[in-house]
Amino acid sequence: MVLTGAEIVIRCLQEEKVEYLFGYPGGAVLHIYDELFKQEKVRHVLVRHEQAAVHAADAYARSTEKVGCALVTSGPGVTNAVTGIATAYMDSIPVVIISGQVPTGAIGQDAFQEVDSVGITRPCVKHNMLIKDVRDIAAAIKKAFHIAATGRPGPVLVDIPKDVTAQKCDFSYPKSVAMRSYNPVIKGHTGQIKKAVQLMLDAKRPMVYAGGGVILSDAADRLTKLVKALGFPITNTLMGLGGFPGTDPQSLGMPGMHGTYEANMSMQYCDVLIAVGARFDDRVIGDPAHFAQVARKIIHIDIDPSSISKRVKVDVPIVGNVGDVLDEMIRQLEATGERPDAEALGTWWKQIDEWRARDCMKYKNSDEIIKPQFVIQKLWEVTKGDAFVTSDVGQHQMWAAQYYKFDKPRRWLNSGGLGTMGVGMPYAMGCQFAHPGSPVACVTGEASIQMCIQELSTCKQYRLPIKIVNLNNRYLGMVRQWQEFFHGNRYSESYMDSLPNFAKLAEAYGHVGLEIDKPGDVEGALREAFKRKTDLVFLDFKIDQTENVYPMVQGGKGLTEMILSSEDL
Amino acid sequence: MRHVISLLLENEAGALSRVSNMFSARGYNIESLTVAPTEDPSMSRMTIVSIGSDDVVEQITKQLNKLVEVVKVVDLSEAAHIERELMLIKVRATGKDREEMKRMADIFRGRIVDVTESTYVMELTGSATKLDSFIEAIDRSLILETVRTGVSGIGRGDRILRI
Repeated sequence: MVLTGAEIVIRCLQEEKVEYLFGYPGGAVLHIYDELFKQEKVRHVLVRHEQAAVHAADAYARSTEKVGCALVTSGPGVTNAVTGIATAYMDSIPVVIISGQVPTGAIGQDAFQEVDSVGITRPCVKHNMLIKDVRDIAAAIKKAFHIAATGRPGPVLVDIPKDVTAQKCDFSYPKSVAMRSYNPVIKGHTGQIKKAVQLMLDAKRPMVYAGGGVILSDAADRLTKLVKALGFPITNTLMGLGGFPGTDPQSLGMPGMHGTYEANMSMQYCDVLIAVGARFDDRVIGDPAHFAQVARKIIHIDIDPSSISKRVKVDVPIVGNVGDVLDEMIRQLEATGERPDAEALGTWWKQIDEWRARDCMKYKNSDEIIKPQFVIQKLWEVTKGDAFVTSDVGQHQMWAAQYYKFDKPRRWLNSGGLGTMGVGMPYAMGCQFAHPGSPVACVTGEASIQMCIQELSTCKQYRLPIKIVNLNNRYLGMVRQWQEFFHGNRYSESYMDSLPNFAKLAEAYGHVGLEIDKPGDVEGALREAFKRKTDLVFLDFKIDQTENVYPMVQGGKGLTEMILSSEDL
Repeated sequence: MRHVISLLLENEAGALSRVSNMFSARGYNIESLTVAPTEDPSMSRMTIVSIGSDDVVEQITKQLNKLVEVVKVVDLSEAAHIERELMLIKVRATGKDREEMKRMADIFRGRIVDVTESTYVMELTGSATKLDSFIEAIDRSLILETVRTGVSGIGRGDRILRI
């Protein structure tokens, strides 16, 4: 069947079962938008800024098992999308971005709205390609979805010049992709897994350290089964929250810079560390030299060989898909019929319970002023711990990660790697599209929310009933905290002057806005918000301006060198 | 430590930038880089000389393997291999220097491939150190121009890099 390039693009997206396409039209993609108009299978969501299109597609992918998809025009369309692409790249999120390009004859001529999209995005995509022939579109899009979703997932950009979308050719969608240069390892090496199982059985002080790879490979059930069978303590990273039930007593909470005392101490002093889909990044282990001071055996499961022995030398590397490797581990463990030394494990748990007794997450609540931790705890109670929670970046992100206990995977959406302020609302949008009936809360701050505030308009257009939990302290809170700790209280440019009245701003966009400044009103406001099933409610909580995130490991310090409260400063 | 990394990659637009981009983005160093299509025109062979600790070179090979267009990577310097580089060098060749240049070319088994009344262009192949020695051996002031290809490498005997 002979189709135009634009028709082929849409047919490909239909074949890939793309439900929602987040995008923004422009000159170079007009043919594609014309074809979108003529069909109903792929539903387009018009955002107000291309950055939000990619964030929303990214959130759609994070909260489901599917690939997110975005469509932007050439030039500024692509440069606006770059932040979204880099965010997805750093967290290994499968997204396909279709970008328009100036006509092939104009490429390199400094044409209107021309930018070297493939060049600009190259360092922050898993792969990208410029299509110069209409006959290549179908194969390229098939390849893009395949590459985005397999191996270590990531964003793939397909750049299509305008004239190519107008040319015609015969269309057939490839059934499969075969690439000699791209064949990710899925199954782990059974010999390595055997070694790992033996190490785990012999461990006296074991510790499981699980990251975002568990979520991405949909292996939370397998991980939970294994950890339960072994009775080991476990810590889930910022990206891995929900990979093991956060309310389970075996969970020690989050590790790292703002991790719990017990998680960090256990990471440091265990004798066998089982890293599952985690990458020992600087926010998790702090100074690698300090981490290496204590001898321990490390098992590392990761689908990306380059993640292994990058920052920390490991003893048993296992390259493979986390889910497949855990399946094999469980199978081998059951085959041995053995269990770890119960006595040693009991002694280890006793030590952990001592660390736990420090109660590092305690904070002084107040009747006068709203404490941010209290808001998150109430949010958790009101939503029964079962909402989808997105966050922006900063103090509120850490409080949300610390005080909202995630029991299920794909419920917690945040920019862990790139730390992109502004993702919160677009993430909530993408998530709400993917889960129309479910409660979606966006935990944010007055600074982050303003970075994509225009999306309140998108939320109105599509009637997205998201709940915005704005922890408003009038400061770039995390910047202020660092300035307080490390820069002699010189709050250079971290005070947010001239803030809008957020409740009224929300109302101006046609939403519901609430301002809350008394601790006694927090729960009621949250209940009221979640009762409104069809409204976006913007909850502007006026919180304590001086509150800091504890515990804290300073950048470059060792994992156990924690500041537990203001008394340690 | 100096390493000679050899790779096969798809002969596609942008593949070279993807490789060089990875080096600069991650702060790895490139001493030289050569690339050309193989007997199979859909595939290119690249030789990269880089300097780094074993850990860094391990990361380099892993990161190279991660690039979607890269088919295979080996660190040739892990075992017996051959390195060759080609140099074209233009020198002033007048008076007594003319005879001397000819003699030096013979000693280094180079060939004179272009002759004018006052200049020679010589072609030399060999390891990078041999070419360095040639430059050291002749009078610096007589060198007009040098062009070097960078190192190409291949494993000895049964060490074969192909798909």
